[in-house]
Amino acid sequence: MIKTHSLTKTYGGLTAVDALSFSVEPGEVLGFLGPNGAGKSTTMKMITGFLTPSAGWAEVCGYRIDSQPIKAKACMGYLPEGAPCYGEMTPWQFLNFIADIRGLRGEHRNARLETVIGQLQLEHVLRQPIETLSKGFKRRVGLAQAILHDPQVLILDEPTDGLDPNQKHEVRSLINAMSKDKIIVISTHILEEVDAVCSRAIIIARGRIVADDTPQALEQQSSTGKLEDYFRSVTLSEVAA
Amino acid sequence: MSAILTIFRRELASYFATPVAYVFIVIFLILAGALTFYLGNFYERGQADLQPFFSFHPWLYLFLIPAISMRLWSEERKSGSIELLLTLPVTMLQAVLGKFLAAWVFAGLALALTFPIWITVNYLGNPDNGIILAAYLGSFLMAGAFLAIGTCISATTRNQVIAFIITVMICFLFLLSGFDLVLDVFSGWLPQWLVDTVASFSFLTNFQAISKGVLDLRNVIYFVLVIAFWLMASAVVIDSKKAA
Repeated sequence: MIKTHSLTKTYGGLTAVDALSFSVEPGEVLGFLGPNGAGKSTTMKMITGFLTPSAGWAEVCGYRIDSQPIKAKACMGYLPEGAPCYGEMTPWQFLNFIADIRGLRGEHRNARLETVIGQLQLEHVLRQPIETLSKGFKRRVGLAQAILHDPQVLILDEPTDGLDPNQKHEVRSLINAMSKDKIIVISTHILEEVDAVCSRAIIIARGRIVADDTPQALEQQSSTGKLEDYFRSVTLSEVAA
Repeated sequence: MSAILTIFRRELASYFATPVAYVFIVIFLILAGALTFYLGNFYERGQADLQPFFSFHPWLYLFLIPAISMRLWSEERKSGSIELLLTLPVTMLQAVLGKFLAAWVFAGLALALTFPIWITVNYLGNPDNGIILAAYLGSFLMAGAFLAIGTCISATTRNQVIAFIITVMICFLFLLSGFDLVLDVFSGWLPQWLVDTVASFSFLTNFQAISKGVLDLRNVIYFVLVIAFWLMASAVVIDSKKAA
């Protein structure tokens, strides 16, 4: 499971994430929503250990990211915002590099490589440098990297950004298929995506949680029954206040 | 350990993914040769040694080594892949060491490819090959020290040009600190032992000692310590940027 305890990040005088506490249980797909600059990515970067929190802590699979980073990182898969990769490598080289780092060996390794390459339909671009690939393929290489070791916890920062509608649909089905016994956290701007894949949604604005419930429950709280209107009502009032 | 090896292999392969590596090696070899024969008067001296070859290495490294090291971390920052690397289950030390070793082996490869000059001098006369071996070792160690400084500077910025320029400047200071020019500035008002300390921090002093064939353990330890210090500083820099 993922647990954060008053996770805080300040840059100079600016508080990007303000004492965020929540926990996610296995089987949950958590949608992380919020306007740009609300602190979604920063929170994810702190959970995955890329940023050190100014205060508070995060725990993944029972390991604190600050005191047992290697164990925590080993049970996590992470797709950073923009899906950065080593552009000069081919997807095949890149995925093998990740498999080496993740310590995958033998039959299991081959099986996992074959599975993710199939799941993300990378067969035809395996030998092309990643920097020459389209945005959609780059994103899928990033996703393949994140799920390669079949992690217990999956953290995806805007996984469908830059994909066409068909690819979006495929990635959503992939997330749905994996969600049974895992913890998946995705950040997104696309509210229909929350309906499609998430069992729970947290809306954050100015670094604080302003809503935390199932997408259906949030919709019902809106006068129009639309998640979009609920999103606007909580995030705009927050900014005004 | 295997994580270091994995990062090392990826990094080394990335040097050769573009023609830049080959261009670099060719430039290094041409410059090393030209300096030896034209400025070093290799033939005219009439001595069977490689002193004119090695004496230019510090100055060659001053500009060429920062060109190897500048991309080490700057490029990771610029492309964002640093976020990927640092969220993989590797320690900071493994990441820093793996990348540094790749750059060091690459520099070592360029250095090893100067072997025709060693064959030449053996063909022309009877040089002391022990001295030459010591000088090669010294040169390799010095390249490592330059690279370690470059690694640390590269970790501070996402701009490779800035990384290059600052690395050249710092390396220049480390070279110059053995010169009278610098030492005279200090000798007037600092106690002698402190002046000697400044002088002993010079790459030049330590490299020249080794390249004369006097393989004093102190000179070797000096370079190893410089490398260790700057790599540790790199890890601290990267860590502190995570908390910034």
